[in-house]
Amino acid sequence: MRPIFRFIVLAWLAAACGAAHAAFNIFATVPEWGALAQELGGDKVRVYTATSPLQDPHHVQAKPSLIARARTADLVVATGAELEVGWLPLVLQQAGNDKVQPGAPGYFEATSAVALLGKPTRLDRGEGDVHPQGDPHIQGDPRNIAKVAAALEQRLEQLDASNASYYKARYEQFSARWTAAIAKWAQEAAPLEGTHVVVQHKGFTYLEGWLGLVEVAALEPKPGMEPTTSHLAQVLSILQHDPARMVLVAAYQSPQASEWLAQRTKIHVVSLPFTVGGTDGAKDLFAFYEDTVQRLLKGAA
Amino acid sequence: MHTRMLVAGASALAILAAPHARAASDADLEAIRAQIQSLRQDYDARIHALEERLKAAEKEAAQAKAQAAQAAAVPAPVAQAAPAPAPTPTTATRGLAAFNPAISAILNGTYANLSRDPNQWHMAGFLEGGESGPGRRGFSLGESELGFQANVDPLFSGNLIFSITPEDTVSVEEAYGIYKPGIAGMVPKFGRFFSGLGYLNEQHNHVWDFTDAPLVYQALLGGQYQTNGMQLTWVAPIDQFLELGAEIGNSDSYPGNDRNRNGAGSGVLFARVGGDVGDSNSWQAGVSYLHSGARSRESAVADLFGNDATASFTGHSDLWNANFVWKWAPHGDPHYRNFKLQGEYMWRKEDGDLAYFSPSIALASEASYSSRQSGAYLQAIYQFMPLWRVGLRYDWLDAGSVDYGANSAFLADPSFHPRRATAMIDWTPSEFSRVRVQFGQAKLAPNFTDNELFVQYILSLGAHGAHIF
Repeated sequence: MRPIFRFIVLAWLAAACGAAHAAFNIFATVPEWGALAQELGGDKVRVYTATSPLQDPHHVQAKPSLIARARTADLVVATGAELEVGWLPLVLQQAGNDKVQPGAPGYFEATSAVALLGKPTRLDRGEGDVHPQGDPHIQGDPRNIAKVAAALEQRLEQLDASNASYYKARYEQFSARWTAAIAKWAQEAAPLEGTHVVVQHKGFTYLEGWLGLVEVAALEPKPGMEPTTSHLAQVLSILQHDPARMVLVAAYQSPQASEWLAQRTKIHVVSLPFTVGGTDGAKDLFAFYEDTVQRLLKGAA
Repeated sequence: MHTRMLVAGASALAILAAPHARAASDADLEAIRAQIQSLRQDYDARIHALEERLKAAEKEAAQAKAQAAQAAAVPAPVAQAAPAPAPTPTTATRGLAAFNPAISAILNGTYANLSRDPNQWHMAGFLEGGESGPGRRGFSLGESELGFQANVDPLFSGNLIFSITPEDTVSVEEAYGIYKPGIAGMVPKFGRFFSGLGYLNEQHNHVWDFTDAPLVYQALLGGQYQTNGMQLTWVAPIDQFLELGAEIGNSDSYPGNDRNRNGAGSGVLFARVGGDVGDSNSWQAGVSYLHSGARSRESAVADLFGNDATASFTGHSDLWNANFVWKWAPHGDPHYRNFKLQGEYMWRKEDGDLAYFSPSIALASEASYSSRQSGAYLQAIYQFMPLWRVGLRYDWLDAGSVDYGANSAFLADPSFHPRRATAMIDWTPSEFSRVRVQFGQAKLAPNFTDNELFVQYILSLGAHGAHIF
């Protein structure tokens, strides 16, 4: 047995040392960070996005393809706040790439740049799928993207110093366009302020904060639990004295429960992209918010 | 304006308080006037500067207010304006407990209705060892688990999992460290762990899709193969998933046993490839090899006379495994519907000596022994709606060719193919709980057919680690 093992170990060492990577590889956990990394990195980076926009980001499997991509990554861009707790730690451990382990400069969490909302006051699994550090779905508010972009650009400069000026220039360009876009969206969405909404899953906290929407109920009895008929009946009674204009559903969720509600009340079902690529219109980061605002305006009309 | 009056008042006071003012000459008065003049000019300049700053500040405040009003016309405002991420102080304030490992507990219980006595449960033609059989009849605790996991320091992480059996014994199921920085991309693991052999072997039984292990695992690996030793795994730095692994260890788990010797008694090699097909499909396939050895490994057998006897094997054991798993979920999201097809094939050869001993007729005999045996299972799991899954599994074993040498006078080559068909349905209200009903029919020997019904619950408390693919 022994000579075989020795041979294999030596062969591995040779292969590992000989492997060279040309481009700067970025592993993004969800489409919004993939899109942002592409905006900032331009043609100096190769971005791999681990999940599809129609996938529930809470339930991802540690697939072989993810392990392979994490192995070659120079930078992992994750959301953090335990959104990826069900798969990313395992993928990173199995990949054995020490550049991107949590704590290393090659591991970046978007939520580290943003103040989190919705930190649960009661930490108990009886409350459903709660996120102990706060709501991780920060992509609901484009002002968060600006904060993450600034932090991510710093990280890119640090890790890929030879292209630092390139990243800086792209960031400044992006930042200017983004500020202008936020002003435009805020203006367009002004009529939405104060609109009462129902959500299927509590994943729109930041969007509501940004546009001034008021959440009156959620269809999931507890976060992550499927809507039940008894809970839906309860939502109906809430809506009788506190009517809402629309019910918001993320594109990755089945709108069944929302449609059930829409049949019984005068409420519009608004399917939102939730991330870049979630709808046909949301093809990039700018279009994602544009499409979200337009869909909301249509739903409120 | 208030500021200007205040400063003027202050200058007046300063003049009154000047000790020599009253008794001063004209020249002195002139000098004082000049001083006051310069003071006034000085103050005027400062006041002007202050006023400018005040105006700027007021303007800024007004702007901020307007922005805040715009941003916050809703009940969830404040944190938006916070300049830096709010630190989460809880961990820092918990003192020593802040460094407690993540603790998880699995409560796993079964109700079993078995048509045949589980003590008579044998797979014809196989020298069994380790854990095999359907477990106890009636209500029992199944195998509950208690796990601790934490980073030890920047270099190591550790994992300890106890298994608590229905017989009130506690055993160490896994206890290993991982050297986190790795060696040239290789991940070293050491201690006791479930071997990377095959597909199902590495998974804990509460993650399995059926209550019990496939027959081929029970017959050829004694349930699950544990290594006491070390493992190196390496993922190729390419976009295609390719993982290679090697283990050396003590040979003390079945098909080996403790041989009281130095050095590595067993070794495992494995390779896995995998990938995606489109958005909705992903797969993994692997091969692995186990080499081990045994000295006087005892198995209970029934001899040609129908008596209970023991057979002790001394020799070498080589096992090959080929495995695959295919998973489908629309757009990769398994929440509403998903499908999983999984299968493994194993082939084992054992060469050495076999000691036969029959206590009833007080007879012992030792002769050469050689066997080539194999088995496989294929299973499919379909989640047809959220929370509900159904599954089918088919097991078969081939006792193969067994050469008992001179012992063929006492032990028969059964030329029988044990097989089993199983169906299950389970309900998973959250990722932390599952309730399962399973029914199987096992034909293990020509005159032994067992109908097995299991009702099982699995509850997961505390930290809930990620599951491997």
